[in-house]
Amino acid sequence: MRALGWLLAAWLLAAAASAGYPVVQPGVTVVLPQDSGSHPDFRTEWWYVTGWLSTAAGQPLGFQVTFFRTRPTLARDNPSAFASGQLLIAHAALSDPRRGRLWHDQRIARVGFGLAEAAVGRTDLHLRDWTLAAGDGAFTAKVAAEDFELALTLEPRQPPLLNGRGGYSQKGPAAASASYYYSLPGLAVHGQVVRGGVAEAVTGSAWLDHEWSSAALDAASVGWDWVGLNLDDGGALMAFRIRDAQGAVRWAGGSWRRADGQVQSLAPAAVVFTPGRRWRSPRTGIAYPVEWQLEAAGMSLALTPLFDDQESDSRLSSGAIYWEGAVEARRAGQRVGRGYLELTGYGERLQLR
Amino acid sequence: MRPAASITTALAVFAAQLRDRPLRLVVSVAAIAVGIALAAAVHLINASALAEFGRATRELSGTADLAVRGTKAGFEESLYVRLASRPGVRVASPVLLREAALVAGGTLPIEGVDPLLAAALRPELYGELAGLYVALLAPDALVLSASAARDLKLVRGDWLSLRVGGLERRLQIVAVLPAEATARRMGLMDISSAQWLTGSVGLLSRIDLRLAPGLDAARYAAELQLPAGVDAMTPALEQARAGNLTRAYRVNLDMLALVALLTGAFLVYATQALAVMRRRRQLALLRALGVRRGELRLAVLVEGAAVGAVGGVLGTALGWLIARLVLSLQGGDLGAGLLQTATTRVATPPLALALFIALGIVVAVAGAWLPARRAAEVAPARALKAGDEEAPAAVRDRLVLASVLLTLGAGCAFVPPLYGLPLGGYASIACLLAGAVLLVPAFVAATLAHLPTPRSPLLALLLARLRNSIAQSAVSLAAIVVSFSLMVAMAIMVHSFRDSFERWLGAVLPADIYLRVSPAADTFDLSTAAAATLAAVPGVARIELRRTTQLSLAPAQPPVMLIARALPRSGDSLPLVGYPVATDPTLPVAFVSEALRDLYGVQPGGVLELPIAGRAVRFGVAGLWRDYARSTGSVVVDLASWERLTGERRYTEASVWLAPRAAAESVRTAIEARLQGGDALQVIAAGALKQRALAAFDRAFAITYALEAVAVGIGLLGVVLAFAVQALARRAEFGMLRHIGLRRGQVLRMLAGEGAFLAAVGVGYGLLVGLLLSVVLVYVVNRQSFHWTLDYIVPVGQLALVALVLVATAALTAGISGRVATSGAVVRAVREDW
Repeated sequence: MRALGWLLAAWLLAAAASAGYPVVQPGVTVVLPQDSGSHPDFRTEWWYVTGWLSTAAGQPLGFQVTFFRTRPTLARDNPSAFASGQLLIAHAALSDPRRGRLWHDQRIARVGFGLAEAAVGRTDLHLRDWTLAAGDGAFTAKVAAEDFELALTLEPRQPPLLNGRGGYSQKGPAAASASYYYSLPGLAVHGQVVRGGVAEAVTGSAWLDHEWSSAALDAASVGWDWVGLNLDDGGALMAFRIRDAQGAVRWAGGSWRRADGQVQSLAPAAVVFTPGRRWRSPRTGIAYPVEWQLEAAGMSLALTPLFDDQESDSRLSSGAIYWEGAVEARRAGQRVGRGYLELTGYGERLQLR
Repeated sequence: MRPAASITTALAVFAAQLRDRPLRLVVSVAAIAVGIALAAAVHLINASALAEFGRATRELSGTADLAVRGTKAGFEESLYVRLASRPGVRVASPVLLREAALVAGGTLPIEGVDPLLAAALRPELYGELAGLYVALLAPDALVLSASAARDLKLVRGDWLSLRVGGLERRLQIVAVLPAEATARRMGLMDISSAQWLTGSVGLLSRIDLRLAPGLDAARYAAELQLPAGVDAMTPALEQARAGNLTRAYRVNLDMLALVALLTGAFLVYATQALAVMRRRRQLALLRALGVRRGELRLAVLVEGAAVGAVGGVLGTALGWLIARLVLSLQGGDLGAGLLQTATTRVATPPLALALFIALGIVVAVAGAWLPARRAAEVAPARALKAGDEEAPAAVRDRLVLASVLLTLGAGCAFVPPLYGLPLGGYASIACLLAGAVLLVPAFVAATLAHLPTPRSPLLALLLARLRNSIAQSAVSLAAIVVSFSLMVAMAIMVHSFRDSFERWLGAVLPADIYLRVSPAADTFDLSTAAAATLAAVPGVARIELRRTTQLSLAPAQPPVMLIARALPRSGDSLPLVGYPVATDPTLPVAFVSEALRDLYGVQPGGVLELPIAGRAVRFGVAGLWRDYARSTGSVVVDLASWERLTGERRYTEASVWLAPRAAAESVRTAIEARLQGGDALQVIAAGALKQRALAAFDRAFAITYALEAVAVGIGLLGVVLAFAVQALARRAEFGMLRHIGLRRGQVLRMLAGEGAFLAAVGVGYGLLVGLLLSVVLVYVVNRQSFHWTLDYIVPVGQLALVALVLVATAALTAGISGRVATSGAVVRAVREDW
């Protein structure tokens, strides 16, 4: 469940019906590595990398690199090379506690001409010189934004985690409200971060989500909370809940992989998010619950952010405002893991055009 | 008397004079106001059109650092891929520009863009589109600008039918842009739909680039290695190019407007000079009372400045109103068709407006300068007595100055153009005119000296009176000489141009019917198949096909026109200037227009490289041809060479010769019916085409005629005023004449005769000066502004008519003012002054 993707999907596709697109079917299993590439027939798809980094001086940083693909139209008869019918959007952010807010940048382009492409069959995405690609045993992510740069190598140390039932992840009461969804937790990261022209070597751990669908959210769903945590013991926990206009929980779910590799899919009732302290954005006036108590898989975790102001305002390009940031998970005061938290739908009702 | 008090006294005396003679003041102010109004209106209209053009250019490329542009046909989209992936390019926004023919008639400019990329460069315009991204992906989706929607009377959700390659396509208006976004009349589409709909798949018209910060756009542009015919320029350069295109025309109009102003200055000079002459005795009295020379001069100048300030303010305001009216009636194009913009906004640059007011003051003060000097030179004792004459020394000085000016004027005519403008030509005209005006008294004196003394006592009296008041007459003639000579010069130039143009049309349009694929439409092709259909139409004896296209030879220059047509190496059937020359027989030949020679330094016998089909092709320049249609340059090559080089068999024009006894109109209709090009194809008979071209020519010069008429009007006003002032001043003289037995009728006839004679002298002299100036206009100003040569032709009838009207008007006004002046009682009139 990833914010930018869903918000853009909502924004771009508000008017379009999903008829004619492939439907996500229960019983179909995600097969890797074939499914790690693009599924161009589906309406929406994203590859979402989030994680914690540490500079040589020991300063913690959060980062996020996303590629989002959408197929806004079914029309395919136009012979123009500009008529690929596919859009690629890339978003990158760096959570820097010393700066006190995000560095972030984004790009959007129609697929084609080799300038913006999402390969089928393997993870290989690029939008001009921004890339996320699977190479020899590791992913590389490269982003050169206006005022910061990321060049990271991400090595899988754990097997893929297929969410839901074999990758079929339900998002609402109806079986058709679903996506194909797998995660790659526990990626070991090393590389370089450039902030304001100053380059620094970094290491850390990250989490990659890859999800595709044609109609995951139903009309009554307006906001959601999501968290993905790399647990210090080698385990991984993903949990989400979807809220309706009144703030009531409409659906919930998650996956827990223990340190010993045993995977447990979490039913809606097995996930309880309880909001704690709120932080109000001075820019947008929106109050986000930035601290949480999460009950999932029998664990009781306190989530605290790396710092409060990790709000992403991309109204200029996509119309989306949400909170997405690095968080720590504590259990009885002891840190047990680190990951990313995503909060959407806390502002006034989203202005979807 | 203390200085401050004395100048106050002098000014008070002047003020009293003004109250006494309000007409003089009103006419002076009006003359300045009209001159300023014309200059301001012409300038503001041109400035508004240019500003609108600049806005349109900026709108097109937004905040882009570079615009990469091809010719109308466009270039391969592979260039977009190459540029977009270049390091240093932050945003590359592809644009396709096409004109679509509307089924309901007319055309609509279509702009195909990628809304997401375009929005990054121009959020005010395309920001709206980003939200419509998905809606625009539908192949039949169209967004209209506010003015297009208003013009086509369409709203969101309506459908619009276009004709594309003979087929009708229906597009739905998915949105109408707000009026603030753009003033242009156009439709926006997604680039994929625009390529598909207009049959331009794979083609682009331009690519707007935003570069990484810190890159030098001009230097970056030089490194792009663009294919031939495609260039990259900064938006500033692109605007400068439009400015270059129209600069000569605009400067010509500005100059013409200044002529009216100059005439106004002479009017101020004339009225002030007369006033000073008439007030010699008052001035002498003031001097005797202790007012110093400098103070007297200052008083006259202050009076002139006051006239100029009032005239300047009124004129600037009037000019602004005229500009607004003209812009709302006919848009920003003053007739030359060079700046086709839809502006209704008057640019109101405060600095320019202030300058026009200042110009009014400067002109009026300049006009008052000599009279002020003369006022100051009044020697009290001599002037208080009657019968004062100008000193011979002053006359000699004037002759020296005149000959210096005339020599300078002749020299300036040989100065090459500066910044593409005939500045030497204008300087030459100004010097010649000033010199000629200085010689007016000498000319009048010489003419009078050569006349025999007539028998009739009345005529003898008239002649004697004129001989003794040469200085006064010369002053009143200055305005008429200036305006009439300029009118003569302009008339000769325009007439020469029109006559040459008409003959040229005959030479370039030898066939009976012409077909043209509308330059505004890209949706019909005159293909080989269509040509075969055309040749088979009954009544068609022979057809000749042509292909015209634009080529860009230098980034800063407007594109030149390439015309590919059947062309022998001798250039027969082209209106050549001079004779064809031998060229390298291995190269295909090209004939260049005079403008191309001047702008790019290409000489007959040399070699010209043209960007054709993406590479530079060498042509031997076999001769010069005269092209009145394109002042930015054109080149004619053989159609067979063109087809060989490009492999294209598409044409833009065709000439049709009729079989004997075939009726042009019925063949024309048959062609239209067979080819079915709709609005994209114009089929027109040679006669109608020539008429249309001449009408366009006349429209282009309409503003010129109007400005000329106003200048002559102001000149005439000067004459009228001079007579009125003189007649009033001579009331005592008339009383005297009546006293010694002349009847009132005789006095009036004498006055009318004086007027007619003076006007005739002025007109005759003006004609001579005008002929001189016209030579400069035709051979220097026109040649340097537009790069083409003209045959020199004098419109005798037209000039004779205007001359006659001028003389008759002068006689009439002299008579009328005399009637007013002689209406009082004889005795009172005599007593009043003696």
